[in-house]
Formats: sequence, C-alpha cells, structure tokens
Amino acid sequence: MTHAHAGPPVGHHTSLGLDSRKLAFWAFIGSECLLFTSLISTYLVYKGRSVVGPYPHEILNIPFTSVSTFDLLMSSLMMVLALAAVQRGDMKWGKIWLFCTALLGTVFLGGQVIEFTEFVHKGLTLQTNLFGCTFFVLTGTHGAHVTVGVLWLLTLWVRALQGKLTQAHAMTVEISGLYWHFVDVVWIVIFTVVYLIQ
Amino acid sequence: MSTQQHPTVDVYLRVAAALVILTVLEVGVFYVPAFHPVLVPVLLVLSACKFTLVMMFYMHLKADSRIFTFLFGAPLILAVTVLVALLLLLLGALTLRGAGGAGAG
Repeated sequence: MTHAHAGPPVGHHTSLGLDSRKLAFWAFIGSECLLFTSLISTYLVYKGRSVVGPYPHEILNIPFTSVSTFDLLMSSLMMVLALAAVQRGDMKWGKIWLFCTALLGTVFLGGQVIEFTEFVHKGLTLQTNLFGCTFFVLTGTHGAHVTVGVLWLLTLWVRALQGKLTQAHAMTVEISGLYWHFVDVVWIVIFTVVYLIQ
Repeated sequence: MSTQQHPTVDVYLRVAAALVILTVLEVGVFYVPAFHPVLVPVLLVLSACKFTLVMMFYMHLKADSRIFTFLFGAPLILAVTVLVALLLLLLGALTLRGAGGAGAG
C-alpha cells in the first residue's frame, strides 16, 4: 500500500535522494526564469523607441516604487520566518508570519493597482506606445504571479488555522516559499532595469 | 530527501538588513548626480548582490543540493546569453543604420 491514505503528504524520493516535489519546482522556477527574461528582453529591445509620450522619465514614480520594493523584500523575510517557525513546530508563529507575508503581498498588489491607475489617467495604456505595451506586460505578468502567491499563502494560512498544516508539512511551506522568493528576485531585477535605469 | 541545513533566524535577519541597505544604496545612487556616469554598472552590481543574497540564503541554494543550483542556473545562463545577444544585435543594427544614413547623407 502507498502512504497516501492519511497524515502529511510525503514526496517521492528520487534516485538522487532529493524530494521529487522540490526537484520539480526548481525545474518550474527555471522555466519561469526564461519567461521573465524574455519579457525583460522585449522591454529592453524596445526601450527608447516610443515615438509618442508619456516616456518613462515623465511617469515613473521612484519613491513610491521604492516603498513597494521594500514591502516585497520584507515579505520575503516574513516567508523565511514562517518556514523556520513551521520547521521547529511553532505553528502559532508560523500562522502569524504566513499571514504577514500574504498581507505584505497584498499591499504590494495594492501599490501596483494605484500605479497602473495613475498611469492610465496620465495617458499611458497598453496601446499608447512601445513603452506602455512592454511595461504593462512585464509588470502585469509579475503582478499576476504575486496574486497567485498571495492566494497560495492564504490557502496555507487557512489550512494552518484548521490544524491541517503542521510541522510535518514543512516541505509544502518551503516550496511555496521558493515561489514567493522567486517572485521577489524577479522584482529586484525589474526595479533596477525598468525603474532605476531609465 | 535532501539533508540541507537551513540558515538560522539570525542569518535571515542579517540578510534582510543587507537587502534593505542595498536597496537604499540603489535609490541613493539614482538621485546623486555624481554617480550618473557610472549609474548603470553600479545599479547592476547592487541588483546582482540582492539577487544572489535571496537565492543563496532565502531560497537555500547555498546549503541545498547542487542539482537545484543547476536547474536554476542553466536556464538563467541561457536566458542572460540570449538577452545579451539580442541587445548586441540591436545595437549592431542601429550602428549599421546610423552609418548607412550618414553615408547616404
């Protein structure tokens, strides 16, 4: 019989001695890396080729985005604290840190909604120029990933509240953390390439 | 199962402090006119430092199996190579176009 009837989910161990779920997830992150690099490449290739405004230097709000970047970096800290708490069986703090991570992710998304709304009011849409098109596709795809991450974290938090997420599920939290940190490193690159190098 | 040793909470906090400092430096460099001639390389180095810190400590690549590093590193190297090649091709096309325009003029 298999071990899948009750208790915590245990990933199959590969012949490499690694957890199959973690191995598969790193392969997924590798593919995501290719996706985001293609979007960043597109942004850079078309950079400075817009023939009508608004242009990046006229519209990008560095102080506002810096706060969003700080928010996402702190959410990564909350995520590793959640993982450390779950690994040592401290589910009370595990729940608190998981919720804080999801909350900071939601704040980031709120900031992105405000930024996008402001840009549209200033006349920058997907159809306005090459900058608008590549900017919204790149940051919008990242925002969609953050949304998935927030939903994933909230699901874990609810399961923890129900007592269905325990120390035995530390690998589940670790894998969700891998996703969340990847979203964070993508933003580190976007913040530099899109916002600071104008 | 991988038998990696994850960093302690103390290490996580130190990494977070380093990330915040690097972000403040990035934004500071952006606003200081004296740095503008070297703005792009400085920002790229600072960004690479932040990227590496998160990958090594928060994603545990420093302590985890090298196979995970390969699964992430190989696509990353491929992607960056394609990115650089694309930018060089574009730069070459612009240079040729500029030279052609100058010749025609």
